[in-house]
This record gives sequence, C-alpha cells and structure tokens, in this order.
Amino acid sequence: MATAAAPSGRGAPELVAPELVAPRSPQRRTKPGAAKVRSNFELYAWVFMRISGLLLFFLVLGHLFIMNILDGGVQRVNFGFVAGRWASPFWRLWDLVMLLLAELHGTNGLRTVINDYAERAQTRFWLKMLLYTSAFLVVTLGTLVIFTFDPDL
Amino acid sequence: MTVVDSRPAAAPGPAATGPAPVTVTLKIRRFDPEFAAEARWESYQVPFDPSDRLLDAIMWVKWNVDGSLALRRSCAHGVCGSDAMRVNGVNRLACKVLVKDLGPEITIEPIKGLPVEKDLIVDMEPFFDAFRAVKPYLITDDHEPTRERLQSAEDRARFDDTTKCIMCAACTTSCPVFWNDGEYFGPQAIVAAHRFIFDSRDAGADERLEILNEREGVWRCRTTFNCTNACPRGIQVTKAIQEVKRALLFRRL
Repeated sequence: MATAAAPSGRGAPELVAPELVAPRSPQRRTKPGAAKVRSNFELYAWVFMRISGLLLFFLVLGHLFIMNILDGGVQRVNFGFVAGRWASPFWRLWDLVMLLLAELHGTNGLRTVINDYAERAQTRFWLKMLLYTSAFLVVTLGTLVIFTFDPDL
Repeated sequence: MTVVDSRPAAAPGPAATGPAPVTVTLKIRRFDPEFAAEARWESYQVPFDPSDRLLDAIMWVKWNVDGSLALRRSCAHGVCGSDAMRVNGVNRLACKVLVKDLGPEITIEPIKGLPVEKDLIVDMEPFFDAFRAVKPYLITDDHEPTRERLQSAEDRARFDDTTKCIMCAACTTSCPVFWNDGEYFGPQAIVAAHRFIFDSRDAGADERLEILNEREGVWRCRTTFNCTNACPRGIQVTKAIQEVKRALLFRRL
C-alpha cells in the first residue's frame, strides 16, 4: 500500500502543536484531586439506578401484561377501563411509582450519557437543562392526572 | 492469566524451513507534528519467524526501513510496561503478543485517549495525574515500627491481584468513559488505590475512598470489562473497581 501524502517539505518547520482529533486528546476540565465539593450524589444515583431498575422490571412487565395480554389485550383499553382500574388506590399507586421510577431512571441515564459525550461545557449545560425540564413536565403532568383523575368526566 | 489473542494464526508454517520468508503487513498510524498536522497510515512488509513478537517486527521496521518511527520500549519482556499500543483495535503490549497470532495485516495505533506526541508515543501526564491523585503510597497513623510492618498471608492475599500493575496504561486507554471524558480517573488509578485501600497496614483508606467517591470517580465506571480484557498482567481490573464501589457503598473494607 502506498503511503498517504508525504510530509510537507522540511523547508519551513512549524513547531506549533496542532489540534488533535477527539478522542485522542481528552477534555480535562480540572486537575484531578483539585478541591471539589464532597458529596455522595453519584453514589446515591448509582444505587438508585440498581434498585429502580430491579423494581421497574416487575412494574413494567406487570403493566405490559395487564394492558396488552390479559383478557383480550389492548382492544379493551378505553376510558371506562382506565376509570375502573384507577378506582382502586393500588393501581393508582402502581402507576405513580412506575411513572416516577421510569422517568427518574431514564433521566439519570441520559444525564450520564450527556456527561460522557457532550464535550463543551455550554452544550452539556443546555442539554441537561432541556433534559431536566422535560423530566419535570412529564412527572408533573403524570402525577397531576393520577391524583386528579375524575371518572365522571 | 495471560491475555491471548483469539484470532486464528495466519501463517502457521515454520518460516525457517521454506526458502521464501513469511511476511506480514504492519499498518502503523504515523504522526509527526513537525511535518504534518494530520496523522497518516503507513504499511510495511516485514519478514518474521513464528517465534517473533510484535515488538520484534516493529523494531525491524525502525532498524531497516524508517528510523524515524517513534515508540517507547525498554525491557521488551512485559515487565516495564513501556510498549502498550493499540493492536488490531485492542490494547496490547507489543512485547507480549506474537506476530503469527495477529493475522496477515496488523493495525498498530498509539493508545487512545491521551494526546499523541509522535507516532506511537503519547503524553502520559494525564494518566499519571490521575495516578497521583489517589495517593498511591503507604499512609500510616501510628508510630513507625522498629522492624518490618508485618502482615498475615490472608491480609496480603486481599490485594494481591492489584499489586501486579505495571502502569502501562493499557486499561485506562481502553476505557470508553476515559476516551470521552478525560476527567474520569480511569481503571489504573482505581487499581492503584485498591492496592492500598485493602492493605491492612495502610490507614489512608477513607481518604482514598473519598477521592474515588467524587463525580469523576468509580461511579463513572460502566463495567464494560475493556480494562480487564486489555490488562497484560491479567489483573481483574473491573472486579477491583467493583470492590471499591462495594467498600464505598457499605463503608466497610
């Protein structure tokens, strides 16, 4: 295989180090070990992901089973069906827990993805603001509906 | 445990018996900032014996084809940890893999995630920064004994695995979190911390755990096992990281 373009002439050596393509030059923002706020946030976030993941496994599978498979499946789902289920506090609690865990689990997952892959501080900040806003809206709207649902509507 | 490459051998026949020497293509990522801003790939045909290590083939190129090829190497026997490089997409010590195990064309790059200085040489400072940050030295709080600090065989076995580290950076530069976020301490620093955290003679465990509890500490680990796979010393790196997580979680060593 022929070599790619030979190095440009020895005549004018430019000794300025060029910008290196990511990911070969890491984005270190502060020196490790520099004074930082000590907190257990990342620890709690990590534990939350494990526990919520485990709970969601049963909550979501149960939900999918009831909504899609049991008694004729998704065809029977209508306003009356939802009203009937939500007459019981148990199913309201189930849906509320599922909503909160799923939304927070997903939000924290995306937060990690943003921390991993968004390189510029500004991009990270705005992506996270967008993420938190959307999470807030979904959680608020969902919680509001679960608590204020009126079967006589 | 020794790291082995699972690829089928490309040229199994003994080279010495045949008249024509068996050759392999080394495709090396070259970069010299004095002459070109971009890295380029160059290929070299290299004759080899079945017993030749990858380092022998690279040194053959340096001695016979292009003396400007830059790389770090020292002991050439897997002890000093100087010649870590990315071989066919995975981090290996060039002195610990055989050419015949790597296929007809071998791709060689500098380890990833650290700034390249020239060819296969990278700036190791960010890596050493993380190493220094975990205080990789004995911390004690009692009087210095007049004799050795004694330790039982069981206590010694607790951290035996992580004493094997030679700081070649193969693990840290195989970690996708480190590639994208240079703030992450990386597997090697956690291994170095593990070696002291679980040492019964050491009193600095809390300090080190607190450092690794930071935003860029062990919680960034995504358990992809790249580090365990890359370690030329066979250290169970991911397991060591998990043990640090468990120590943090239950505040117990």
